[in-house]
Amino acid sequence: MPFKFSHHPKPLIGDWLVIFASFALVIFMFQSFWVFEQASNLKIRQGNQIVGTFDLNQTRELHIKGPIGESIIVINQGKVRFKQSPCRNQYCVHQGWLSRAGQVAICLPNQISLQLMGEKSSYDSLNY
Amino acid sequence: MTHSTINISTTAEDHHIAKLTALAIGLHMIEAVIPSPLPGVKPGIANIVTLFVLYEYGFATAAWVSLLRVFASSLLLGQFLSPTFVLSLSGALLSLTALSLAQYLPKKYFSAITLSILAAFAHIAGQLIVVRLWLIPHTGIIYLIPIFALAALVFGLINGLITAKLIKNN
Repeated sequence: MPFKFSHHPKPLIGDWLVIFASFALVIFMFQSFWVFEQASNLKIRQGNQIVGTFDLNQTRELHIKGPIGESIIVINQGKVRFKQSPCRNQYCVHQGWLSRAGQVAICLPNQISLQLMGEKSSYDSLNY
Repeated sequence: MTHSTINISTTAEDHHIAKLTALAIGLHMIEAVIPSPLPGVKPGIANIVTLFVLYEYGFATAAWVSLLRVFASSLLLGQFLSPTFVLSLSGALLSLTALSLAQYLPKKYFSAITLSILAAFAHIAGQLIVVRLWLIPHTGIIYLIPIFALAALVFGLINGLITAKLIKNN
């Protein structure tokens, strides 16, 4: 059956209602699900021990010893990074600055991990 | 010459459903070869057929066409009983459920555009439920919901406009 494309369908009043409601719903979903909270605390682990929980709003350099040497972690007013680590691949250093709640940086060879935390814990693969 | 020993008597309606399903399968196949920027985001053009059939022949025929399309397409693509098939089926089932309710909306105010958008949202909801319960049992998929919802709105709207046009011209 051949279809002729000649008429233009116009959305009815209810259609407009549904379109706007759906659009509002999508925007609402983006706002409520895509929340990236600024981290306020930093938890550092070495091996199976928690080295400590640190406030992110400070400027501080931490030297932490692991099995292959000493890693340097820098906290700088709300963000944190591995500045130096004796590992081969330097993945932890290349990850750069972390500032959002739920972010994680790990130096596996030196068994050190940084975990950023907000007021409430967010979804990530560590606390699943 | 070998005579066929099995004779299935078919009605005119069966032929009709078969014809429309063939059309839906064709569209499904076209869509299967179109690359998608994000896995799971697809225009769902085969749903245009489902909607069109719903308006022209009623809900029962639409359900037949939709489900036959899902089964036949998965067989053709070698995906029968695979996760892709389960996702396709769960989407189709929830989308049909939504349509079974939405068909009673007053036609004076709601056209195929509304039905298409509602069906698209139900479709993605059905798929996300399966993903969460079976494929990726992790709350992290919550971040994907807005993207899929946006895709459902856009493609639901476009498919709805096309369906409205087809109905008007028929």
